[in-house]
Amino acid sequence: MYGWIFRNLPGPLWFRIITSVLFLVAAVLLLMQFVFPWLSQFNPLNDSTIGGGV
Amino acid sequence: MTQPLNFSQETRVVQSPGHVETGVGVDELLSGNEKVRNQRKRAARRQREQRPKQGFFRTLVQVLGELLITCGVILLLFVVWELWWTNIEANSAQQAAVSEFSQDLQGPVTPAAPHAPADFGEPKVMGAPEAPSTVFGVVYIPRFGANYSRPLVEGVGTAQLDTLGLGRYDSSTMPGGVGNFAIAGHRQTHGAVLDAIHTLVPGDKIYAQTKDGYYTYVFRNNQIVLPTRADVLLPVPTQPDAKPTERFLTMTSCNPRFGAEERIIAYSVLESWQPASAGPPAAIAAQVAANQKG
Repeated sequence: MYGWIFRNLPGPLWFRIITSVLFLVAAVLLLMQFVFPWLSQFNPLNDSTIGGGV
Repeated sequence: MTQPLNFSQETRVVQSPGHVETGVGVDELLSGNEKVRNQRKRAARRQREQRPKQGFFRTLVQVLGELLITCGVILLLFVVWELWWTNIEANSAQQAAVSEFSQDLQGPVTPAAPHAPADFGEPKVMGAPEAPSTVFGVVYIPRFGANYSRPLVEGVGTAQLDTLGLGRYDSSTMPGGVGNFAIAGHRQTHGAVLDAIHTLVPGDKIYAQTKDGYYTYVFRNNQIVLPTRADVLLPVPTQPDAKPTERFLTMTSCNPRFGAEERIIAYSVLESWQPASAGPPAAIAAQVAANQKG
């Protein structure tokens, strides 16, 4: 899958390497900024309050 | 006449593909880069086209495998984010909140002279903030480090605890009030404000600062309970029918350190208070001054 994506990126090799690195960085930023904070609310290991919904 | 010519052409044709495949000859190198590059590109394309066609099942397994590896990497990244990055984010947010709160305060930052009167009567208790997430104080716990100062914020929702540190249970009293002043904080992640809660020793001082002054609590004991034990937040902790006469501080956090099967509760009792005009207690004066400077 990733091999297919890489082969189908436009441009010469160096350009495709830069594009893939950019895609990777964008994916990580997206995860850290939006996905993980949202996911975090379902993490039960984080709850430091007592008595549930106090 | 034509036959020998044909034969010789054929030999050239047979030789020439072998020539290309062995790579780049001297004459090609000499004739310029452009030609070489084109030849390599052509060879690469030929190689690609020669790749055996994969069956559907093989492709499916390959894509599935790559997706599973991706999921694993994302989960690892989540752990890194949770255990490392949230601390960095929350620490800087809390630092900013403490400085912002401290800069609005008036009052001296040098401790009162050692022989000044130490009894200021009944502690002044401020009214509860109206909106959740309001930063209304700072907590100093020298046992957790000389420069430990964390914002005190209204509410114990994720919005408060995840960014702003120590949240006050809005069912409890305000600092200095008769009854139970109860706060919660993360043991790990999001600043790990109460990570060292188990290191408190009876007699350790916990200082709460509001705009009115400084409340000195003395740590008494801790208790490990199940997460459902809401009675630790009662005006007299764990005693439903008792009428409060003392001024408690109860801190709750996760237990064990990287889990949440239990809660660790730290009980403290108010020892003294001093108004903001009297300056901070000597033990935290340096940090109060540092916070006020920003």
